[in-house]
Amino acid sequence: MTGTPGRGDAIWIVAEQAGGKLAPVSLEILGQALRMARDAGGCEVAAVLAGTDAGGLAEELAAAGADKVFLVDDPRLSPYQNDTHGAVLARLIAREDPGVVLFGADACGEELAPTVAARLDTGLGAHCTNIDLQADGLLMMGVLGFGGRVHTEMFCPARRPQMASVKPGMFPPPPRAERKGTVVREDAAALLEGETIRLRAVKVVRREPEGVPLEGAEVVVAGGFGIGGKEPWGLLDELARELSGAVGCTRPALDEGWTSGEHTMIGTSGKTVRPKVYLGFGISGSPHHTVGIKDAGVIVSVNSDPRAPVFESSDYCVVSDFRKIVPALIREIRKVKGDGFRDPSPA
Amino acid sequence: MGGFHIVVLVKPVPDPGCYDRVEIDPATGMLARQGMPSVLNPSDRHALEEALALQERHGGRVTLVSMTPESSADTLREALAMGGDEAVILSDRAFAGSDSLATSRVLAAGIAKVAPFDLVLAGNESADGGTAHVPSQVGELLGIAHLANVNRLEVDADGSVRARTRIENGYVEVEGTLPMVLGVRREINTPRYTSLMGILASQEKPIRVFGAEGIGVDRSGVGMEGSNMRPGKMSRPSFCRKGERVEGDPEEVAARIVGILRAEGVLG
Repeated sequence: MTGTPGRGDAIWIVAEQAGGKLAPVSLEILGQALRMARDAGGCEVAAVLAGTDAGGLAEELAAAGADKVFLVDDPRLSPYQNDTHGAVLARLIAREDPGVVLFGADACGEELAPTVAARLDTGLGAHCTNIDLQADGLLMMGVLGFGGRVHTEMFCPARRPQMASVKPGMFPPPPRAERKGTVVREDAAALLEGETIRLRAVKVVRREPEGVPLEGAEVVVAGGFGIGGKEPWGLLDELARELSGAVGCTRPALDEGWTSGEHTMIGTSGKTVRPKVYLGFGISGSPHHTVGIKDAGVIVSVNSDPRAPVFESSDYCVVSDFRKIVPALIREIRKVKGDGFRDPSPA
Repeated sequence: MGGFHIVVLVKPVPDPGCYDRVEIDPATGMLARQGMPSVLNPSDRHALEEALALQERHGGRVTLVSMTPESSADTLREALAMGGDEAVILSDRAFAGSDSLATSRVLAAGIAKVAPFDLVLAGNESADGGTAHVPSQVGELLGIAHLANVNRLEVDADGSVRARTRIENGYVEVEGTLPMVLGVRREINTPRYTSLMGILASQEKPIRVFGAEGIGVDRSGVGMEGSNMRPGKMSRPSFCRKGERVEGDPEEVAARIVGILRAEGVLG
C-alpha cells in the first residue's frame, strides 16, 4: 500500500445516538477525523448514522462538518442491535470503500466495531487513546495495555479499511463548521436484505445520573480506596457541591460501593476527564486511574502516604489526612464565596 | 443427559497485581514480563461462574477452551478446580502473535472441535490486552448471535435467552435463542471459591491439547502472518508533573488550594 489507501481515502465515523441526542464521543471522533483530513490534504469525511427518526441528527452531523452523512432510517435499527447495525455498516463500507472507519469506544461501539471488523476481515485498534493519520496513509492507533502501563502504536498495514474505536474524552468536538455537508438517505431494506435478525432488544432503560457530569466538569473531586467508607465519602460530595464540580472515583472505591455508580469511575476502563482543576483524595495513583486524568489542567493530590505514586503525576502534593483537609477546604471556599466573590450556591 | 453444552473461553494472563513489573526491553522494544505469575483472567471467572450456575440449574456439560501455551496447564487446572468438566488447550507456535481476529479464528475452530455446543461464555475482556473484541468476533466467525457487556443472564430449558447488556447510564434487555456467544461483565455474579474437593476432583479431569492441524485451522489465517494488526513502537506512558509540595496546617493548605482554584478561574 502506498499513499492514501485504495480507491477510497475517505475517513468515516460511525455516529451513535443516545436518548435522541448524538453521543458526545461521536462528535469527538468527527472532530479528529476533520483534523486528520485537513492534514492529509482534504480527503472526504463522512458519518454514518443508523436508527429511526434520525434525520435531525444527520443534519446536525452535516452542520458539524461531515462532508457527507449516510442516513439509514429503519425501525429495525432502533434500538441498536449488533446484527442489524453490523450488517448495515459492513455492507455500506464494502460498497463505498473508505480508507479509515472510526467508532466511539462506548458500550455499543466496543461491540459494533469488532463485529464489523470480523465481517470485513480487517484490523481494529481497541479503545484508542490517540489516533493520527501518518503521511504514508497509515492510521497510527495508540492503545494502552497492562492497566495503562504500556502504550503501543498499532497499525493495519495491509487491509482496508483501517478501523479504530476511540475512547470517549480523547478529542475535543469539532469547531463550528464553515460549510454544511449533504445527507444521503440509504435504502435500509436493501442493506438488510438476506440478513437474519437473531436478537430482539425488548427494553432500553437509561437513567441520567444526578449531579454534574464528569465529562464537562470544570472541577473534578475524586476519591480512592483511601477514603475508607461511604460516610467519609460524603465529604467529597459536599466539596464537589461547593465547587459546582463532579465527583469521580477509582475502581477500588467503586467496588467498595462508596460512590453513586459506574458512571463516576475515571481511568482506562472508565471515563477520561479534562477539568481545569482535579482534586484527588486518598488515591494511590495507579496508571489505570492516572491515564484518565492526564489532560486535567491542574492536578492537586491529598494522600497521607508520602510515597504514594500519585504525587509523581500531580502538580501540587499534600501529604495529609483528607479528613482534615476537606473540611478546612469547604470552610475556606464558603468564606471566599461569602466575601462576595461569588454568590453562595443553594446547597 | 439433558441440559446444555456450555463452552467457556478462558485465558491465563499475567497477574494484574504485578503489572508494575512490566518493562519494555530497550534493546528489542518488546515487553519483558520478568517472572510474572499467570492467573486466570479475572472476568473469565465470572463467565465460568455463570456457566456453572446454568449447569446446576439445567444439567449438561461445561468445557473450558483456551488458546494458550501448553505450559499454562496449571492455570487451566485451577479453573477446572472451580468447576467444569474438561479443558481444551489450543497451543501451537503458529498461533503466536495473533491479533484479536486471528485469536478468534483459533478459538472458533477450537469451539467447532468440541461441538455441538449451545452457549459460549467469555469474560468481556482480558486484563492484559483488553480489546474486548473476542466475544463479538468469535460470534461472527461461528455465524451465531452474540452480545458483549452482558451483566445479567437468564437461559430457560427451551434455549430462550434473556440478557441485559450495559450501555451508558443504563441497560438494554435483549431476547434471543441459543446458540449464542456472550461476553460477560464482572458485575454479573460473584465467582465461587475453589473447594478442596474441587481441587482434588480437578486432578482427574481431562485436559486435551490441539495444535493448528488438530482443529483444522489454516496457518495463514492465524498468528503474526494471519493478523491484520501490527504493533509498532511501545513506550511507558509518563504522567509526571511538577510535584510541588504544599505544606502547613489544614487551614494553610486549604487557603493554598483555594488560591489554585481561583487562579484557574473556577472559584470566584
